[in-house]
Amino acid sequence: MVAPGALLAEGDYEAGFNVYHDGEKLYASMVGLADLRNGAVSVIPLRGCYLPQPGDVVIGKVVECISTAWMLDIRSPYQGVLFASEFLSKPLNPLREEARRFLDVGEMVIANVIAFDRTRNPSLSTKDHGLGKIQRGTVIDVDFTRVPRIIGKKGSMISMLKKESGAQIFVGQNGRVWISGKTRDDEAVVAEAIRKIEAEAHTNGLTDRIREFLLSNRR
Amino acid sequence: MDKSTVTKLISDDGIRCDGRKVDEIRPIKFQLGVLKNTDGSAYVEWGRTKILVGVMGPRESHPKHLALADRARIDAFYRMASFSVEEWKSPAPSRREVELSKVIREALQPAVFVEYFPRTSIDIFIEVLQADGSTRCASISAASLALVDAGIPMRDLVSSIAVGKVEGKLVLDVQDKEDKAGESDMPMAYMPTKNAVTLLQMDGQITYEEFQQSMEMLKKGCLEVYKKQREAIESHFKVVEPASEEA
Repeated sequence: MVAPGALLAEGDYEAGFNVYHDGEKLYASMVGLADLRNGAVSVIPLRGCYLPQPGDVVIGKVVECISTAWMLDIRSPYQGVLFASEFLSKPLNPLREEARRFLDVGEMVIANVIAFDRTRNPSLSTKDHGLGKIQRGTVIDVDFTRVPRIIGKKGSMISMLKKESGAQIFVGQNGRVWISGKTRDDEAVVAEAIRKIEAEAHTNGLTDRIREFLLSNRR
Repeated sequence: MDKSTVTKLISDDGIRCDGRKVDEIRPIKFQLGVLKNTDGSAYVEWGRTKILVGVMGPRESHPKHLALADRARIDAFYRMASFSVEEWKSPAPSRREVELSKVIREALQPAVFVEYFPRTSIDIFIEVLQADGSTRCASISAASLALVDAGIPMRDLVSSIAVGKVEGKLVLDVQDKEDKAGESDMPMAYMPTKNAVTLLQMDGQITYEEFQQSMEMLKKGCLEVYKKQREAIESHFKVVEPASEEA
């Protein structure tokens, strides 16, 4: 485990995520676990905020309706912009129709990040399979740094969760999870399992422990 | 608080009024992640000085016209509680608090990769609960831990300590009594692995030789503070084991 400023490597190494160069030396810039892969040193963060990347699928919460767009909270320093043309199949005429008739403040949307470069707010789109307004189920917020753990290696954790609970689960890259089960109780059990993953991330044999937890709590 | 009258602040055999040697720091205890509604937080007990720091951000800058196009804006809000000093302190922000807010912000700014988050702001709230000297040093050291806890990328931790001149002798880690009676006070903030000074202030009068000697003492003191900071980080994240299943 390393803290910011910790010397990680010297010489012929590449700087990966959360690592910076100072001359020949590589230092950590975040608190996390140092990781060496293919000659690149990176730090897997234990804390941090979500920065959008084009191609990420995120879960956003509508916080503002503007005439032809919605502003979405995506748990990032930057609010996402969802233009009406990226959400509806037809153009929206703000003189005839109100944006909030289609999507109101507080509603949740699964969307794709189409562009982001930090000079402007990230643009979102729902024009793809499986994206759009969330109609049912539960959405929970999780620590963004735990997202890879909830998905697991090659999706091992998430596919186990889906299989054992029978619920539909979608993990947004921004640290929001949508769970849609047969009953509220089913969703609550999955939510509790995800909380457990969040708390016990970075421990060995977690997938098996979570499976046992789901089986013993299933009603 | 100890209100006994001390006639001499340093005894003939070099022991200070609280039993410390001239180059000895007070017991320091840092703790991370103490607040729930902030993005990062830290608490420090530095002798009898007690300070709570909360960090919010990076988040959208408000008011928007203050946002910087190429980097994050850092703001520090240093505040002393009314009960933090022996005499009641007026809750209105004093000139001193405004100045210390600025000084603390400028001591931390070089350590933070502000250019990673353009147009956002990072707010550092510092609440002094009990003051017994060196509050700016304790605030800077604790705030850098709160920034780590918030997951904000940084070049290094910032460690800080002060050297004072009391009864003709240089003493490390000045407490309130020594600060008030002493001839000079010189706080420094320092990035230990970079060997870079981010804050150096002085009031009072010292000679050039004393200044050089103070710098040595300050670096040594900062490294001791740095060690405590590292320990606090390690104990806060110690639940973490090697990640063999990491995706």
